[in-house]
Amino acid sequence: MRFVFKRSYDDDIKLFKHRPQFIYYLLLLILLIALPWLIDDFFLGEATNVLIWAIAGMGLMVLTGFTGQVSLGHAAFMALGCYLNVILMQNGVPFIISLPLAAILTGFAGAIIALPVLRLHGIYLAIATLAISILTEDIIVIAKNWTGGVMGLVAEPIEIFGLDIDRYGTPVLFYFVVLFIVLFVLMVVRNLTRAPLGRAFTAIRDSEVSAQALGVNVTKTKATSFAISCAIVGLAGGLLGHYAGAFNHETFNLVFSIQLLLMIVIGGLGSIHGAFFGAIIVGFLPQLIAITRGSISSIFNLGSLPLPGIESAAFAFILIVFILFEPRGIYGLWIKIRTYFELFPFYRKNMFKRQKTYLKTERMK
Amino acid sequence: MDMMQLLISGLANGCVYGLIALGFVLIYKATEAVNFAQGDFMMLGAFITIWLTNTEYLGLNFYLAVPIAILIMGVLGYLLDILVIRRMFGQPQIAVVILTIALGFIIRFVVGAIWGHDPHLLETPFAGKELKIGALVLGYEEIAVIIVTLLLTFMLFTFFRKAKLGQAMQAASQNQLAAYYVGIPVKKIQSLVWALAGIVAAVAGALFASKGAIDPSTGLLGIKAFAAAVIGGFGSLPGALIGGLIIGVVEPFAAYYLPAGYSQVAPYAIMLLVLIFRPAGLFAQMQNKKV
Repeated sequence: MRFVFKRSYDDDIKLFKHRPQFIYYLLLLILLIALPWLIDDFFLGEATNVLIWAIAGMGLMVLTGFTGQVSLGHAAFMALGCYLNVILMQNGVPFIISLPLAAILTGFAGAIIALPVLRLHGIYLAIATLAISILTEDIIVIAKNWTGGVMGLVAEPIEIFGLDIDRYGTPVLFYFVVLFIVLFVLMVVRNLTRAPLGRAFTAIRDSEVSAQALGVNVTKTKATSFAISCAIVGLAGGLLGHYAGAFNHETFNLVFSIQLLLMIVIGGLGSIHGAFFGAIIVGFLPQLIAITRGSISSIFNLGSLPLPGIESAAFAFILIVFILFEPRGIYGLWIKIRTYFELFPFYRKNMFKRQKTYLKTERMK
Repeated sequence: MDMMQLLISGLANGCVYGLIALGFVLIYKATEAVNFAQGDFMMLGAFITIWLTNTEYLGLNFYLAVPIAILIMGVLGYLLDILVIRRMFGQPQIAVVILTIALGFIIRFVVGAIWGHDPHLLETPFAGKELKIGALVLGYEEIAVIIVTLLLTFMLFTFFRKAKLGQAMQAASQNQLAAYYVGIPVKKIQSLVWALAGIVAAVAGALFASKGAIDPSTGLLGIKAFAAAVIGGFGSLPGALIGGLIIGVVEPFAAYYLPAGYSQVAPYAIMLLVLIFRPAGLFAQMQNKKV
């Protein structure tokens, strides 16, 4: 059992709570840097995919996990980031400028959309963002002069300082580019949670009324959260474009939006860890299902049963199990296990009991 | 006459959207949650009816099969609440939304695994029959859809207005704790509402499958019905129907007059406009509390 003695108020917002924690994360970072030499190119590609999902997850986490606004339309902003990045690159803008520029423009677009949309609450907000996601898909098809319509676009290979970076040609370099951006976004989001703005986000999530009473400008803060979230997701979109190589309107469809939300819920809402755990599940689940199916059909001699949609169904099933039995997601589960061992043998069953609230209608104000 | 034809087919389509929207509104009205899987419920109801009716499966009489399908869906809705939704009692509303989204994925997968992904058409006694009024050609299915929808909406509307159970449902949604205090069995009421939503979904499914082929991905149609419910104002039964009719009528006209690609945007664009300019919907349920 470890006791952390806090000696100043700044101890509450330190990056690492205590020295061992710093060492664990350092070891994890070293492992991630050494990864290309530990696994082959195929799994490195999968790991890159997981990292890109994690960026997108962190983006949505800012909005949904920290600010408590549910968005079912973040694939739209991913698409925006992806298309902007590739269109800028086609017009001769180098990747180092085009990707951040695409992210910033996506953030601006998010802020503009946020102002009318964020007046809505809870379910209505989810529905409005859902509509945005569907509309984006159609708009991509309509604006085919820029987006290539149904044919889609092809992402050109990246060139940084004379180095050619390509997902298939030089997967190791691409992995490092993604890893660098992951670390950057991680720092941004982590520092955000320590800053007054991040605390304002959390205040709004926990109670809009009390946040307002404490002097938080709710509308502005929500819009800021939406903009930051969209910018990060746009970054992920730009990377995904390069990862996928070619993409069209179907790449960023509604199911993608929903999957993004489900991912951070499985991972654990309200924690940065959750985005990564969720990304690992989303990234490796298809492989896991393929392997399980292979072994099951070889045992029972079933041959290859075509079962379309089994990935989403398995994903949905895991999600339902988590929502019912562990609403804080994988991260919540991990915290419980850790506390159990840290406090052994003093762990109590109801230590993490959530307070239940009785429902009141939204229709009466 | 083209206009009339478009209008009638639009109305018939709109009725189905309206019926799915009714399912949303029912659950919203009584539990303040939104069932994102309502479209998939409808699809499941349609496939159960097809399984009972069509000659390649059980081949029961149509008028026997539909009540059985309605019963099965009602029981399924009830069981769903007891086994899954009830455990969410007291959790934030959005958790239920995410749960039902996940349920939708599972229903789509299960139906696809059992009945396959080919489009199915319900064999009805009135298939292919037409009613000619002047130059206007009306399919019997379309007439049936419109009549059944109007009837069902009226029944539900009166149920919520007049029946004791309906009023208890509304009370349970307005303030759970207060409803408990006045002796309303809130949990039981919730289960009944889910059963009712299952029943409405079965009716909508049977009507939809008699009008056109249905496959598991049709469940995603629920999103269009969503637009309908929002336009009408979530929480208003006649509003849901009218929202459905608006979407249903706008669609064929948009497809007729606008260039390809733009027409699909129309329903969602209308919904977004309604959300921005009149967030409570056309038939607002928002009221200020009298102190």
